[in-house]
Amino acid sequence: MKYLSLITVVPLIGALVVAFVPRSKPELAKLLTLAFSLVVFGLAVATWFAFDAGSKARLQLQESYTWIPAWDARFTFAVDGISLVMIALTALLVPIVVLASWKDLDNSGKRSVPAYFALILALEGTMIGTFTAADVLLFYVFFEVMLVPMYFLIGSFGQDVPTKQRQYAAVKFFLYSLVGGLIMLAAVIGLWVVGGKTFEWASLVNADMSTGVERWLFLGFFLAFAIKAPFFPFHTWLPDAGGAAPAGAAALLVGVMDKVGTFGILRYCLSLFPDASRYFAPLAIALSLVGIIYAALLAVGQNDLKRLISYTSIAHFGFIGIGIFAFTLQAGSGAVLYMVNHGLATGLLFLVVGMFVVRRGSTLVTDFGGAGKLVPLLAGVFFFAGMASLALPGLAPFVSEFLVLLGVFTVNQTVAVIATVGIILAACYVLWMIQRTTQGTLNPTLSTVDGMSRDISKREMVVVAPLIVLLLALGFYPKPVLDVINPAVEATLTEVQVVEAGK
Amino acid sequence: MLSNLWLLFAIPAASATILLLSGKRALKWGPWLGVIAPAISFVLGLIMFFQLRDLNPRVTEQNLWSFIPVGDLQVSFGLMFDPLTAVFVLLITGVGSLIHLYAVGYMAHDERRVTFFGYFNLFITAMLLLVLGNNYVMLYLGWEGVGLASYLLISFWYTRPSAATAGKKAFIMNRVGDAGFILAIFLMFAYLNTVNYGQVFERVGSLSANTMLILGLLLLLGACGKSGQFPLQAWLPDAMEGPTPVSALIHAATMVTAGVYVIARSNPVFSANTTLQLIVVSVGTITLLLGCIIGCAKDDIKRVLAWSTVSQIGYMFLGVGLGGGAYALAIIHLLAHGFFKANMFLGAGSVMHGMKDQVDIRRFGALSKYMKITWLTFMMGWLAIIGIPPLSGYFTKEPIIAAAFERGDWTSWLFGWAALLGALLTAFYMTRLFVLTFHGPKRWTEGQHPHESPPVMWIPLVFLAIGSVVAGYLMHTSVVDWLNPVFAGVENVPEYEPVMPHWLISVLGVAFAVLGAGLAWAIFGRGTALEPEPAGVVVTAARNNLYTDAFNEVVFEKPGRWLTRALVYVDNKGVDGVVNGLAALVGGGSGRMRRLQTGFVRSYALSMLLGGVLVLGALLAVRLG
Repeated sequence: MKYLSLITVVPLIGALVVAFVPRSKPELAKLLTLAFSLVVFGLAVATWFAFDAGSKARLQLQESYTWIPAWDARFTFAVDGISLVMIALTALLVPIVVLASWKDLDNSGKRSVPAYFALILALEGTMIGTFTAADVLLFYVFFEVMLVPMYFLIGSFGQDVPTKQRQYAAVKFFLYSLVGGLIMLAAVIGLWVVGGKTFEWASLVNADMSTGVERWLFLGFFLAFAIKAPFFPFHTWLPDAGGAAPAGAAALLVGVMDKVGTFGILRYCLSLFPDASRYFAPLAIALSLVGIIYAALLAVGQNDLKRLISYTSIAHFGFIGIGIFAFTLQAGSGAVLYMVNHGLATGLLFLVVGMFVVRRGSTLVTDFGGAGKLVPLLAGVFFFAGMASLALPGLAPFVSEFLVLLGVFTVNQTVAVIATVGIILAACYVLWMIQRTTQGTLNPTLSTVDGMSRDISKREMVVVAPLIVLLLALGFYPKPVLDVINPAVEATLTEVQVVEAGK
Repeated sequence: MLSNLWLLFAIPAASATILLLSGKRALKWGPWLGVIAPAISFVLGLIMFFQLRDLNPRVTEQNLWSFIPVGDLQVSFGLMFDPLTAVFVLLITGVGSLIHLYAVGYMAHDERRVTFFGYFNLFITAMLLLVLGNNYVMLYLGWEGVGLASYLLISFWYTRPSAATAGKKAFIMNRVGDAGFILAIFLMFAYLNTVNYGQVFERVGSLSANTMLILGLLLLLGACGKSGQFPLQAWLPDAMEGPTPVSALIHAATMVTAGVYVIARSNPVFSANTTLQLIVVSVGTITLLLGCIIGCAKDDIKRVLAWSTVSQIGYMFLGVGLGGGAYALAIIHLLAHGFFKANMFLGAGSVMHGMKDQVDIRRFGALSKYMKITWLTFMMGWLAIIGIPPLSGYFTKEPIIAAAFERGDWTSWLFGWAALLGALLTAFYMTRLFVLTFHGPKRWTEGQHPHESPPVMWIPLVFLAIGSVVAGYLMHTSVVDWLNPVFAGVENVPEYEPVMPHWLISVLGVAFAVLGAGLAWAIFGRGTALEPEPAGVVVTAARNNLYTDAFNEVVFEKPGRWLTRALVYVDNKGVDGVVNGLAALVGGGSGRMRRLQTGFVRSYALSMLLGGVLVLGALLAVRLG
């Protein structure tokens, strides 16, 4: 079966179909979107089982179709363990986000429901495309096109955010990504020239190039990915974008789209430019390390829930960064697992915050206070998501954070010790956020807000339940995912030619 | 039975899940399910205890599943049952069940009581995981689990700002310790390539003295966090914001002793380095004195008991720090303390129950006539903790004091006398508490009608009082012999002659206890003022927790707040501006971009400098390796 081309194309077809649903039939658009996203999820499950974790092949399930013969660019799809888990994460999150956004637009009147859901599906298709592509040009195309649906999601559909702020955030997001993308385009072309006039990833891995060229090309790719991830100091677009986007889109933005950056570093920077990767590793680790501490401190100081969570994500991306560039198996596998777990945990956190925001009509921490009294169950889920975010043992993010820090410690103790301070700061920002919103004396205006009298609904329970179950299950038994990740990370480390790759 | 160790924690875990998911639907049967779960675990634990006696060697291990397998790192979800684990399992489930039973009465009118019992069972689960694990990652799993349960229970009445703050404080201070603990795990893997107890202890001899010292210090940091030892003691007294059964179970009898467990469990590490032992002994001694001194100045019945807990755990740290035969002594003191401290905490809860939640001992008095059972059972706890023979404390605290006199050099005098001084102070402040509460004239607020608590509350008190009386005598040879095989190399420790004869230490210990008690009775026998009186420097300092909280605030909290505020400003104005500016340059001066970055030139310059310094600093850290 052609798993990979199908799983890439189906959501795009879905987007097209939903886009043509008339605005007067919002329910039909929602149902269609949910159906398409569930089909994609089914395909992801099938792909998961078709994938052979024990196989020696670097990339599996390969398909290749003619595209632009003159440039030797092809529609080549193939996955390794890393892209497989990312596809699974995307396919899981999208139906959940669809369900979570079900009623977000009902009272907005002016905005088109079919457009919103078509954009979500388009986003899903392009994001999955970045993971399935095994052709550098194809990857680049998906990487760039992915911006468009997100731009509109942020700019046109943000809840409870002034239009001006939304548009500012959307433009900022677009420009940052575009700049990174253009630099990467230059690097892609350069790679094509020195790599033997082909875009095929598998042959570019073996391309010979001079040290200087390799370093420049590395930087071209790395800059684009560092903006996307984002790493300090390219991070400032994320709090604005995360703060302005509707909660569902924000969950996808931080949960999956930003991971394309770290995925890109693993698949493209490390494998294509191994010497340069080793050369620049100290710099990348330094940026990540600053991000861990700096963004965590900033998260403590935020008064806007969605911005706060965006900052925590920047800190988390710092952990992924040090994990990738430590070049040990534990740190690398930990970083990839971190990408998955962070998607689940922060996805949940954004969705729950969205549920609070929809009720209260505000994203400001100071507009809440003692909310646990009014919506105890929702506050409980919020707390759970917070615990996942601070990597409490027993929940999935702990395993990945543990692996990253342990792996880093074996090669660089100073970095590991400083990064460990990040876990204390994580406790600070999560608990302070919980305390200021749900605990303490009840904010008197809160009880006058109509929405706050409704605790979590059945639909919302269906939204959060799978994430809660997965966070717990992978917290105690991460082996199925690790078994898929480990060989791919090992292969990547072999490509980087790190001596201890087998360790 | 021993092949099903998982049942021990699975039963309370299942019960916790059911309770947390049922919520109000379980108002009738929920609390009782909550009591039965740890009780079943207790029975299972007893059976396993007796089966373990017949094993040779007395240890059994099971690896349930592969937990974190990546390359050389193979962490299994593995369990171990040995004499040390066995006594902890019995303490946790035994005393735990009694406190659960008591809580049925204490929490009877709280509408969130089902959730309460869910958290309570969650705590038991995590605590059992902590002691049952066969590697340090499992220990850490339970370790953070009890931290979570403790947080949930301290801030159980979360609508009170003070409770919410106390819970957060506990969690964050514990995390500081946990950071040390997890670094210790990394160190083990980096240098010994394993995190399993058996292999770590086998290979630990290959570490250099320095690495061993660092490993021990990191473990000690974790232990100090969880056990409320200096310098991480500040959260424990605040934890009294939780319902009283929580204070009894978590912040007196079990969780706070986890630090002692870690050091006892890691005895091959601690015994191998005398500097390390000296540090543990010092931490224990400082904390035991600190706890006593502050305990003398507090008026809140639960806070006096909390500081007394800090101080008693100081004795246990002193014991495990002394090493050799004192490991087992620390553990039996821990067990005895579990009885008498739980007894007194629940007694305090019973007093509060009869006095409309009054906690100020200046406002009690003469209660012995109104709550006879509480009075008598509390008396047993009081006599036990101050070390009057033949009650528990005498048999478990005296040997630690005696061991402190046996270090073989001048430090024997220092630590020995400090421990004796602690005994004197303990007798003083505990007697003050006891007399002001139960004797002397009435100093009640208006409208008080004190009454005895219902049987569901006093029956556990009676059991715990019996434990407070007899546990010490029963354990002081049998349990020590039972535990000694766990503490490898105990036989090889050189025995020093005590600097004073044993009989003299015993006599002095009892004499000091009687002296302290007599002094307190003489001062407070006729009551006390209703409000704290103006006092000298020492008492004022003690009332303010010897300014340890003020220190934390000035050194960590305020600069931290200032730093976050400054960074928020810099990030919004500076870093953003710089990158926007650069982006505008690269992007060819788009009009919109230029509008985004109006002004702020100076803050750009400043933040570029700051960013440069940060990145350079981080690069330096990376280079340090």
